[in-house]
Amino acid sequence: MTSGVGSVAGLAFDLALGGLLLATALAAVAGRNLFGGVVAFVVYGLLASLAWVRLGAIDVALAEAAIGAGLTGVLLVGAVARLARIGAVEPAPTAPVGKALAALGAVGVAGAIALAVLALPEGRPGLGPEVARNLEASGVENPVTAVLIVFRGYDTLIESIVLLAALVGVWAASLERDWGGLPGLRQHARPGGVMATFARLVPSIGIVVGIYVVHAGAYAPGGAFQGGTILAAVYLLAAMAGLVEPPAVSRLPVRLALALGPAVFLGLGVVGALGGTFLAFPEAVAGTLVLVVETALTVSIAATLALLVLGPPARPSPGGAP
Amino acid sequence: MSPDLAPHATIYALVGAALVGLGLYGLVARRHPLRRLVGFNIMGSGLFIVFGAAGMGPLGPDPVPQALIITGIVVAFSATALITALAGRYAALTGRAGLPEETPPPEGGAAGRPEAS
Amino acid sequence: MTEPLDPAALAAALAVALPLAGALAALVMGRRAGDLFFVTGPAMALVAAALVAGVAEGGPARIAVGGFAPPLGIALVTDGLAATFVATTVAVMAAALAFARGGLVARLRETRRGYAFVALAHLAWGALNAVFLSGDLFNLYVALELLSLAAIGLVALEGKAETLAAAIRYAFFALTGSLLYLSGAILLYAATGTLDIALLGAHAPEGATTLVAGALMTAGLCAKTALFPLHAWLPPAHAGAPAPASAILSGLVPKASFVVMARLWLEALPDAAGPALGPLLGGLGAAAILYGSVLALRQERLKLLVAYSTIAQIGYLFLLFPLAGGALSTQPWAAGAWSGAMLHGVSHALAKAALFLAAGLVLARLGHDRIAGLSGLARAMPMTAFAIGLSAVTLMGLPPSGGFIAKYLLLVAAFASGEWAWGVILLAGGVLSALYLFPVLGRLFAKGDAEGEDAPEDEPTGPLPSRAREAIPLVLAGLAIALGFASAWPTALLAIGRPGAAMEGLE
Repeated sequence: MTSGVGSVAGLAFDLALGGLLLATALAAVAGRNLFGGVVAFVVYGLLASLAWVRLGAIDVALAEAAIGAGLTGVLLVGAVARLARIGAVEPAPTAPVGKALAALGAVGVAGAIALAVLALPEGRPGLGPEVARNLEASGVENPVTAVLIVFRGYDTLIESIVLLAALVGVWAASLERDWGGLPGLRQHARPGGVMATFARLVPSIGIVVGIYVVHAGAYAPGGAFQGGTILAAVYLLAAMAGLVEPPAVSRLPVRLALALGPAVFLGLGVVGALGGTFLAFPEAVAGTLVLVVETALTVSIAATLALLVLGPPARPSPGGAP
Repeated sequence: MSPDLAPHATIYALVGAALVGLGLYGLVARRHPLRRLVGFNIMGSGLFIVFGAAGMGPLGPDPVPQALIITGIVVAFSATALITALAGRYAALTGRAGLPEETPPPEGGAAGRPEAS
Repeated sequence: MTEPLDPAALAAALAVALPLAGALAALVMGRRAGDLFFVTGPAMALVAAALVAGVAEGGPARIAVGGFAPPLGIALVTDGLAATFVATTVAVMAAALAFARGGLVARLRETRRGYAFVALAHLAWGALNAVFLSGDLFNLYVALELLSLAAIGLVALEGKAETLAAAIRYAFFALTGSLLYLSGAILLYAATGTLDIALLGAHAPEGATTLVAGALMTAGLCAKTALFPLHAWLPPAHAGAPAPASAILSGLVPKASFVVMARLWLEALPDAAGPALGPLLGGLGAAAILYGSVLALRQERLKLLVAYSTIAQIGYLFLLFPLAGGALSTQPWAAGAWSGAMLHGVSHALAKAALFLAAGLVLARLGHDRIAGLSGLARAMPMTAFAIGLSAVTLMGLPPSGGFIAKYLLLVAAFASGEWAWGVILLAGGVLSALYLFPVLGRLFAKGDAEGEDAPEDEPTGPLPSRAREAIPLVLAGLAIALGFASAWPTALLAIGRPGAAMEGLE
């Protein structure tokens, strides 16, 4: 990253990447065809993760590629396909006046933010030095993981529960008769097809990579969210190839897996609160505690993300009603 | 030019601001819920790029914005998944992808004038 | 990290952790989750009592989560404002969950609506307390998002086309609002290196960046609070949900983004608030009072009337800004305006939740909620009719209710500040609310079927509700009235840690 920064070639690259980001975003937002827009959005997401590499934020680059482009892309492509299958009528376009007003508002907000960025005062240290000073107390070496799990672990605790709130809402968008059943539509993959072969190969590699990314997060870029996403993606691939049947949402092991990470995090917080400090990671055992929390979170994040993509229960469970 | 931002950080901050505008336009001006979701995600992503670029001080990248951005990406995905499911159920029930201009009150009552939404 | 155990600090942590733990339990338990409130209700009542007592005795405090003080870490704020709203939330949430048990939440099997309601209500509960207690702008973003997603789920609960449309519309408003809020928080961090509200207040940032940040955050929070003219999403969303969900959505959810707005302009950026802020937000609030009331007048269905009334009642909250916002917070009348606005938030939460629960009982009994068809219902359901009456007294601001004290405090502040116009708006709003509420009361307590046109609609299609369920909205409405009798106490609590207060307050 440091090689190109400041050099003319580096700046040319940044300008070109910036132009591509704007072009793909424009295609995604304003293009005529919805599917084309979603594809442009996925390309946009991959380019954005490249921008994060240029900005020296590898952890964010991983998250943007895996969640921002990858999972969101799968979700939206699936939704477009589902709407096409039921033949949903496309809405009429917004009236020109409405479009003009929206454009005016959008330009106003974008201009204000640009102005505010350019007017930033000088000598802003940020919290980098503060993080470095306290890094040892966090028990991890990767400063981003230290902020996520230890210094601002409270944010991450709530965020892990945000995922569950979305999942409850997704499940509730089902028919009463399908409640407790299997999420998503039945997949019909040809046993010998490319997809099935690919899906058989990838999981073994993907699971290893996913677990590695979680544990690398302690000292190198990575962590529970990125690792959990990779595990979820592997599972989704296998599910889409028809290799595994998604579990019924009423099954206890599924629900325990969803609640495990937030429960461990919350439990740690309450134990700390009883000892005088909410969400404390006592320095002597901080490293171990971070590992425990991250492992539990990875399980829940992987399960939640996969189920969010699979969608509401849509088929009765083969085992009958709960 | 802000004297404090490295040149490439300034480029990305301004690109990010423009992306916020593009995303917001899609969110407000388009009618298809999935298209509005694409706008929502681009607006969020542009905002995060502004944040990351503004966090590129003279001392290199600031880890705090990076952690907050990862949180923001996960939150945006959660919201996207929820609205996708609601939009799918709505389309399955009504056969229409887009919402009506103004939600009519379920029965009888006089609703307000159509508001910009 | 071996401080002595501080009860207020422990209570603050548990106020967030317990409802979230309840949500996780609901997620796993399923069928038995309806009974969960027997645990979370009393436990949270204890937690709220401990928080109120701790704040009353120990004064306002900031608690460093994880032991890392801001700017690196996140601070929880225990002050009168937080304690008051945490306590209010217990009353409304416990009532909604109790009301749902055996109704929306079936006892014998896990249903889609029942499962989702118990989990989402607990998630919203934890999120609300997280918002009320947070002293960090980004943490507030995450907590507000948790609240929004839970609230969207509650709006969509019925699963009909129109409620799904209302939920999707609400979602786009709420999420756009969140991103606008977040963009302001990001700019403030970039400018100052902190997200902590108290540190921002001490840092007193100025210049274009602060102005843009404040404007974006305000716009976003207004959309989330449904302040006029960003209110269009609210009536279908609140009126289309099942009664206990409506009670939470209308009584509590808009208060969260309002509290953030109050903390933003009175605590984080008091000096950046130019002279235009107060008149602008107050003007929108005044427009909301008038416009919401006029639309409420035109409604023919009880639930929609109650929902439009929320738009009007939200407007009163925003009179805080012209009376006590920015530099005005040190004026002698600011304490009254602060307590008045917040007390209005509390009494509206109780009365509005009571009204929606009562409207749910009416709907279950009659099979419809057309106001024209309510004639004489007071004879069959006296407790429900009485609950609607008491709630109406609070919403109209008649003595001796909590709503009266709140509007009285605002009125006194308006006249003391010399800004008579706000006082006139307050009085006009009271008259308008009487105009839209009296017809409802008139129907309910009508002697006989004097107007023949109602007769066919009076046939009940459902059984009478149990006494226990009828008692729930009555208790809530009674609390809103009791707030007026015991107003000195919440007023004093709200003054603890009030921004701009010179140590002990000026009351």
